[in-house]
Amino acid sequence: MKTVNLTCIGCPLGCQLSVEMDGKEVVSVSGNTCKNGDKYARKELTNPTRIVTSTVRVTGGTLAAVSVKTASDIPKDKIFPCMKALKEIEVSAPVTIGQVILSDVAGTGVSIVATKNIPQK
Amino acid sequence: MKQYDLVIIGGGPAGLAAAVSARNAGIRDILILERDAELGGILNQCIHNGFGLHTFKEELTGPEYASRFIAQVQELGIEYKLNTMVLDLSKDKTVTAMNRTDGLFQLQPKAVILAMGCRERPRGALNIPGSRPAGIYTAGTAQRLVNMEGQMPGRKVVILGSGDIGLIMARRMTLEGAEVKVVAELMPYSGGLKRNIVQCLDDFGIPLKLSHTVVDIRGKDRVEGITLARVEQGKPVPGTEEYYECDTLLLSCGLIPENELSRGAGVALNPVTNGPAVNESLETSIPGVFAAGNVLHVHDLVDYVSEEAAAAGRHAAVFILGGGEASVQALPIRCCSGVRYSVPSFIRPDCLNPDDTVTVRFRVDNIYKNKRIAVYAGENQIFTKKRNVLAPGEMETIKLKACSILENREAAELVLKLEDA
Repeated sequence: MKTVNLTCIGCPLGCQLSVEMDGKEVVSVSGNTCKNGDKYARKELTNPTRIVTSTVRVTGGTLAAVSVKTASDIPKDKIFPCMKALKEIEVSAPVTIGQVILSDVAGTGVSIVATKNIPQK
Repeated sequence: MKQYDLVIIGGGPAGLAAAVSARNAGIRDILILERDAELGGILNQCIHNGFGLHTFKEELTGPEYASRFIAQVQELGIEYKLNTMVLDLSKDKTVTAMNRTDGLFQLQPKAVILAMGCRERPRGALNIPGSRPAGIYTAGTAQRLVNMEGQMPGRKVVILGSGDIGLIMARRMTLEGAEVKVVAELMPYSGGLKRNIVQCLDDFGIPLKLSHTVVDIRGKDRVEGITLARVEQGKPVPGTEEYYECDTLLLSCGLIPENELSRGAGVALNPVTNGPAVNESLETSIPGVFAAGNVLHVHDLVDYVSEEAAAAGRHAAVFILGGGEASVQALPIRCCSGVRYSVPSFIRPDCLNPDDTVTVRFRVDNIYKNKRIAVYAGENQIFTKKRNVLAPGEMETIKLKACSILENREAAELVLKLEDA
């Protein structure tokens, strides 16, 4: 058995988690204030994921870039492949919040959606 | 020029939430004045997620959070003027502003809500030695360049200050292909949220050097490198210097409430927060002038800005609709034993209903473990709550029962302090 200490990133509280591990199996999680902490610890130590937020170039809009995010969390090792895919694309204005900018980014099965409205110039 | 009952200066998260709540409390003629080309304020450049967990029970990005409030403002038909700069606010609540369509104009509302937000502390306020080349940006300026203008300010980056914007920009610049060499923090603890240390620095192997600062900036036309040194008792320690080659230095060294207009109007400021000293209704020393959000004190979570601004909107509505008690007894809140300041600074017992709760927000001056937050009215303890960890980077909120203040209204002051648990 070994103990791993983590800081939960589920919310700004940042609970200090203590996780009992048996090899690669999570045995127990303590120090969390809510169930998200337990979920985060188990995921972080088996298949860590993150939501990625970035921007994509826009043509013909009031701004040169539109902010985007992955519609759900993706594996941590897909963060940079995801960024690379975003650099290669461009959308034309108008863009609306929630619009799918790219589907199945970097083979994750997750879509990239716009998080801001960009009207046409 | 059409006249309004309520003018709100600033169309960021505080101004939007204040407008919505004032309208819902029955105020018809409201005008928001915003100097940028769109509503939403700083949220427009905060494209990362983590906003709205309290308000909407989901994790939104900054622009998404702003859009929810902008939609409410538009549905309620609240008027706003963009690209409009407020030049002056006077003691009698005359607002002088200008823009390209209306020119210079004056408004005389019954009430004003200050929602101008805050500014970043620039290099000039930091006393960093060295030359003055290009390539030194506040973290927020870099954030706007990258996230809204689509421009990269540099490729090899050192960040001074571990406030949340600095941490967020460490990750953002890394994702965009820059090499972030180090984040240096003068204090022995980070000023940012713990979750941001994990997901912005640890995730990318960016080192955080606590008790370190920049002692030299090299480069004539453009930054070529900076020197860090360890700091003990406020002084760099000779022999600990380390040189980092870089083309960009980002500064994330604190935020200062933007109160040029408030000062001009003669609004009394709290010397600790640099924001207005307000009573329980978030009203400043000028009756009918209210304040909320980062202009009042710097928040870490926008959710609390919205909550505070909604309260300011309700109180402004009461004032406009004929409440607005003239000078009545006010109990000051004295902060000591680790508590730096509180908002509000005063509570007026005459303005409380026994069933009310009074929200008091405050910050501590150091990291504390196993403490109790306690509030006394004279000899009587009227509030206590145990907290395992308190940190300067994280705002605390307590809710006092109005009845407990009313029972002790003869006290000279309320005392807010930390005690050993």
